Amino acid sequence: MKKNSIALLIGLFAFFHLSAQVSIKMPEGFTYSIFADSLGRARHLVVSEKGDVFVKLEKLKNGNGIYQLKDQNGDGVADSYKGFGNYTGTGIGINNGFLYASSDEGVYRYKMTNNEVDDVNAAEKVVTGLVNKNQHASKSITFDKQGNIYVNIGAPSNACQVQDRRKGSPGMMPCPILDSAGGIWKFKNDVPLQSYNNGTKYATGLRNVVGLDWNKEVNDLYVMQHGRDMLFQFYPDLFTQQEGAVNPAEEMFRLKQGSDAGWPYCYFDNGKKQKLLNPEYGGDRNKIDICADKTKSIIQFPGHMAPNALLFYTGTMFPAKYKNGAFIAFHGSWNRSPEPQEGYFLVFVPFKDGMPSGDWEIFADGFAGDKKQPGAATYRPTGLAQGPDGSLYVSDDQKGRIWKISYNK
Amino acid sequence: MRFIFLLLLSFSVINAQSQAINKQIMSTGKDVFSLYCLACHQEDGTGVPNLNPPLVKTSYVLGDKKKLIGIVLNGFQEKVEINGEFYSNVMAPHDFLTDIEVASVLTYIRNSFGNKASAVTAAEVKIARKAINN
Ligand code: HEC
Repeated sequence: MKKNSIALLIGLFAFFHLSAQVSIKMPEGFTYSIFADSLGRARHLVVSEKGDVFVKLEKLKNGNGIYQLKDQNGDGVADSYKGFGNYTGTGIGINNGFLYASSDEGVYRYKMTNNEVDDVNAAEKVVTGLVNKNQHASKSITFDKQGNIYVNIGAPSNACQVQDRRKGSPGMMPCPILDSAGGIWKFKNDVPLQSYNNGTKYATGLRNVVGLDWNKEVNDLYVMQHGRDMLFQFYPDLFTQQEGAVNPAEEMFRLKQGSDAGWPYCYFDNGKKQKLLNPEYGGDRNKIDICADKTKSIIQFPGHMAPNALLFYTGTMFPAKYKNGAFIAFHGSWNRSPEPQEGYFLVFVPFKDGMPSGDWEIFADGFAGDKKQPGAATYRPTGLAQGPDGSLYVSDDQKGRIWKISYNK
Repeated sequence: MRFIFLLLLSFSVINAQSQAINKQIMSTGKDVFSLYCLACHQEDGTGVPNLNPPLVKTSYVLGDKKKLIGIVLNGFQEKVEINGEFYSNVMAPHDFLTDIEVASVLTYIRNSFGNKASAVTAAEVKIARKAINN
């Protein structure tokens, strides 16, 4: 009896402690439900027109790399989990009657009828043989309205040094990595087994992109770049520890065919507010050099916050200011240590006619719990998707939680 | 009562062990760690999920010293499981560190973050470095 009440007390304490850790703060009028939980490394997600969530996993759960989550009674909590696809990855999307999902080497698709996958065992390989060297290996995907799929191929490198991440090793000129990575490649959405020989290098000079979205209002591709690491550690004469924590900027690019965002030669300096030459290429925090001709980002953020998802909001559930604006999920930093870490939140950027129309603001915070640190964070926002009713879904790859955010007038 | 006695006894054993590690070496080791390792493995050695492994009670940190010295001198970029997970970042060679610096930083990580293991000496690093260079 006594033992039981102690157990109850401990249980209650644990319950309140845990729920206190993970309460998400959002603007007035927004509420959330915990739609799904314990999926492990849940990466990107997409919601079908019927409201089912499909989520891609970076680590198999019960042998499955994709889960279909249904909320049959409409209470905001999934009541059925169905797994399939025995490969890991990050990207997922629905386009033209197919579900697409990526591994770290390519993209598969599954025919859908009435918002259900016809045969979960009939994956057709659309893209194959992409660079996968562990570092920056995840492949994110999005689609235009013309039957094309855009795939990020991250550079397996920090700054294209002769010896990656070695202090003092110079940058390679030209950077050979850019031939097969460090950019966005474009493929047909319906041709099997495409690779480098029949795809197009749509945009280059992007170190690693995880969050990307096709903006249907203005018909352009927008991406969030993960900026380089180790400016303070490698160049303490140029950057103080604090400057290394906030530099370089995490940047959003609006891309056209042929855009070159400048990696590895250039970085955006948050102190100088300019695109400058990287120190591996002779930069001294003043030289602009070849960076003058590179595609400029349309908005910049503090360093290392790791933007892992980008979504242009097209729904009507949220207040008018959110329409056509951008939500960004920042996974949270590690390369600020021992300075305090940043990110682990959702940001909103208002847009007008395809360009930012105001400052960015934190939209939802609290995912990390008590500690904004990569290992100790309770959750780390990784994926974003919009439901048919205009609600916003957020995934986490620390434990595999999915939140559904709604607005109540 | 006997339990408390055992508890006290085990504390004093742990204490004696940590005293066996030279304070100067630990402090040099901490400085080297802060300059060259902390960014990736984090201040408390817990690392970054999926990217940079923890240095907390891994078989590498606590295990064979020759292999451990080799990781620092040669860098590490193998797809290996560390405490059940894979890590995708690249650790560059740190062969520019002196024998004493390598010995100190390894002694430091073997006796921090909850780890307890014997010290690594500069002589051991010297031998390992020779073996690598030959
Ligand atoms: C650029 C980031 C980075 C830096 C700087 C770095 N490491 Fe590592 N370290 C890694 C990665 C990534 C791995 C795992 C590589 C793999 O799995 O192939 C690793 C592995 C290790 C391991 C073996 C695995 C384990 O977790 O026990 C040890 C020990 C280690 N590092 C110690 C150090 C020490 C000591 C320093 C400083 C002298 C250092 N590292 C600097 C990224 C880094």
